[in-house]
Amino acid sequence: MNQEHTGNDVLLEVHNISLSFGGVTAIEDVSFDIRTGEIRAIIGPNGAGKSSMLNVINGFYHPQQGSITYKGETRPQMKPHHAASHGIARTFQNIALFKGMSTLDNIMTGRNTVMTKNIIWQALYFGPALKEEREHREFVEHIIDFLEIQAIRKTPVGRLPYGMQKRVELGRALAAEPDLLLLDEPMAGMNVEEKEDMCRFVLDVNEEFGTTIALIEHDMGVVMDISDRVVVLDYGKKIADGTPDEVRANQDVVDAYLGVSHG
Amino acid sequence: MSTEGLDTFPRLLVDRAKKFGDRPAIREKDYGIWQTWTWRQVEEQVRMLACGLAASGFKRGDKLGIIGDNRPRLYWGMAAAQALGGVPVPAYQDAVAEEMHYVLEHAEVSFVLAEDQEQVDKVLEVQDRCPQLKHVIFDDARGMRNYDHSHLHDFDDIQKIGREFDARNPGFYEDQVQQGKGSDVAIILYTSGTTGRPKGVVLTHDNVLITARNGVELEGLNEFDEILAYLPMAWVGDHLFSYAQSYVAGFCVSCPESGATVMQDMREIGPTYVFAPPRIFENLLTTVMIRMEDAAKIKQKLFHYFMGVARRVGSSMLDGKSVPFKDKFLYNLGRLSVYGPLKDTMGLSRTRLAYTAGEAIGPDIFQFYRSLGINVKQLYGQTEAAVFVTIQPNGEVFPDTVGKPAPEVDIKITDNGELVYRGPGVFKEYFKNPEATAETKTEDGWVHTGDAGFFDDHGHIKIIDRAKDVGKLNDGTMFAPKYIENKLKFFPHIKEAVAFGHGRDYCTALINIDLEAVGNWAERDNIPYSSYQELAARPETYQLIQESVEQVNRDLAQDPKLANSQIRRFLILHKELDADDGELTRTRKVRRGHIADKYGVLIDALYSDKTSCFIETVVTFEDGRTGKIAGDLEIRDLSDMNLKKAS
Repeated sequence: MNQEHTGNDVLLEVHNISLSFGGVTAIEDVSFDIRTGEIRAIIGPNGAGKSSMLNVINGFYHPQQGSITYKGETRPQMKPHHAASHGIARTFQNIALFKGMSTLDNIMTGRNTVMTKNIIWQALYFGPALKEEREHREFVEHIIDFLEIQAIRKTPVGRLPYGMQKRVELGRALAAEPDLLLLDEPMAGMNVEEKEDMCRFVLDVNEEFGTTIALIEHDMGVVMDISDRVVVLDYGKKIADGTPDEVRANQDVVDAYLGVSHG
Repeated sequence: MSTEGLDTFPRLLVDRAKKFGDRPAIREKDYGIWQTWTWRQVEEQVRMLACGLAASGFKRGDKLGIIGDNRPRLYWGMAAAQALGGVPVPAYQDAVAEEMHYVLEHAEVSFVLAEDQEQVDKVLEVQDRCPQLKHVIFDDARGMRNYDHSHLHDFDDIQKIGREFDARNPGFYEDQVQQGKGSDVAIILYTSGTTGRPKGVVLTHDNVLITARNGVELEGLNEFDEILAYLPMAWVGDHLFSYAQSYVAGFCVSCPESGATVMQDMREIGPTYVFAPPRIFENLLTTVMIRMEDAAKIKQKLFHYFMGVARRVGSSMLDGKSVPFKDKFLYNLGRLSVYGPLKDTMGLSRTRLAYTAGEAIGPDIFQFYRSLGINVKQLYGQTEAAVFVTIQPNGEVFPDTVGKPAPEVDIKITDNGELVYRGPGVFKEYFKNPEATAETKTEDGWVHTGDAGFFDDHGHIKIIDRAKDVGKLNDGTMFAPKYIENKLKFFPHIKEAVAFGHGRDYCTALINIDLEAVGNWAERDNIPYSSYQELAARPETYQLIQESVEQVNRDLAQDPKLANSQIRRFLILHKELDADDGELTRTRKVRRGHIADKYGVLIDALYSDKTSCFIETVVTFEDGRTGKIAGDLEIRDLSDMNLKKAS
């Protein structure tokens, strides 16, 4: 879709990742890459290992085998704090916001990784900490403007409808100024209009900030419309990888989605 | 106001920049903070934009389409086009591409100033069919990086070109401003129209500025006033209050952050001068009442007690009449404990003048605001008159009239009961539509309003209905649908109503419930529902609405002329009437003819013995796609209230 600014340099690459929980294999020998500036979709039927894959990328799960190369550095596994401080941000399938806090405060928490003043200054809320707070607030206001959520700036997020909470969560992820944004089912449970809005935001984030995006999504229409490349998982294995058109034409993918008779 | 000789907007702007140089002219809330431009800065911005437009080929007489929410840059676009002797043509920002196409093509728009990607997309969609259209300028660049920019320009770039052009051609701008005359066309406003295609109302600088000045002088508005510009820029009211009167009086206009934040922004700005259609006053009151019901018992008691005091004496005190000392004391106590905080919550604590118009306002709602000490007044206006036809004078405010003729306006009632007027604001013509102009405006400048009205005993005008809508039942009883609908709509649970009866034996109504009010009531009474349609069909809802309809019938029964036009059968619609489905105009007026066609099945059922009726309706979503809703609607019969009254 946005081929002209999709560079060919690889931002993140996973090599032969295998992950199992006890005797259950979630991911088996999967490799793929994410190029700088692209929108990369990970799709697959339920239980295919999509969310596990995201959790591996941001270091929440540690794979038994394989390695991850991020920004040219290869490690056997990521650590969550390392991922966060090196520009990987994410949203969750089940919204994970602070329900009692306002939209503004929730997004401010996303600035945590880029705040530099120590806890003493922050607790005193004086001098350099105040100046820093002001700068971060300004950044957050740009996000609020970008996501068109001015009207709920001061509303506790627990009172917001589901679609809005998803948007706030995206805002919090953006607040960390990520290089790589992981979205776990950003459109799940949304109505048509909310989905359209969310698609527009995802595309705009990619286009305006040049953020690389990896997303998991069930809505095939959405995936095929907005992603540059798609990787398909089924029962923990990679069964296809390519542009939306290539993936759509792949017989294995069709079988995985529609079922195949084992006659 | 010494604005003599300043007969065009650009000339007025030059003068405002000298006179009020450092006073705030316009504000916009951006990134959570109010950004302010002074009159001097506004003049500079307009000048750069005008020069940029000229450098891009905008000529005298060219039309500049303006599409978007109320934004300072769009208002500057109006002034810049006028400075060059061009004509701004604002279009309703929520119109779909097709509606926009009509305006852009009919008005022969050659340049468009659009707010953002959403509006630009609509223009690009129809540009092939608008041969005159050359350039599109946008305010917010977001999302348009990959667009073809050969005819698409960033506002900042145009101003940059303007700055260079201005440096190369000193005196160009002044010369352009000097060429303008008061009799030049200032603006074309397309009326949404309850029937047929929209018409382009052509207003001159004289029309708009003289009318604006008369209003400013009558109400004593000055440069210290504050207004919030939140109604569509394509609507004559916004043009007059937020643009013309701001230029004339020099007061500051604030643009809200977004459509959804208007109420919060209103609180922050605390406007002294407010215009709101009745439905906004209604919504505000409904919100207050709903919140009051969740308040602590003691607060509720306090609220109801002092609202009682206000009802008794508030309006009289506002009109400057004398009231007993005890009541005055209680009212002041109420001001401290209830009215003040309440007005603050609503953002009306500094309001010294509020207008409402467009529809009839419920007497209870009207009195509620007046009793709090807010000088809400009704006016009657039209695009064709540059708004003001009548205004309620201070101290002579009655809930059921629209006041006396505005300054320099003459009013007559024709033999068939139609109100006609003439005055300085009377429009030049309908753009490219001489037949319609001739139908509406006589040779000597009288304008037919199409509204039926009369002078009451105090010399105030009362408007009953659209003259063509006033009909007769088969027994000869007068049938004024709007009059009945308004009575219904005064109940908080009823959002819209459409009455039928002309040429029929009895009167019937289609009713729309108010989702917020009825939803809240259902929640309190533990009535479950999952959608608007389901809530509308609940028997409890029907019972609730029936009580309101019966109350209206009781009122109608009091009036011998209208007693027979009581509502005998009604039903509750399964969907909200919506402008996107063509059922309402963009200013939310009912399009009677369209509804009669669309819901013909229901109307036939209302005039049969059926107790329910099946209907399937196509609905249009905001993005132009369509869907279907279907369901069985119950029909309720009502008995004649005359009999009840007698018993």
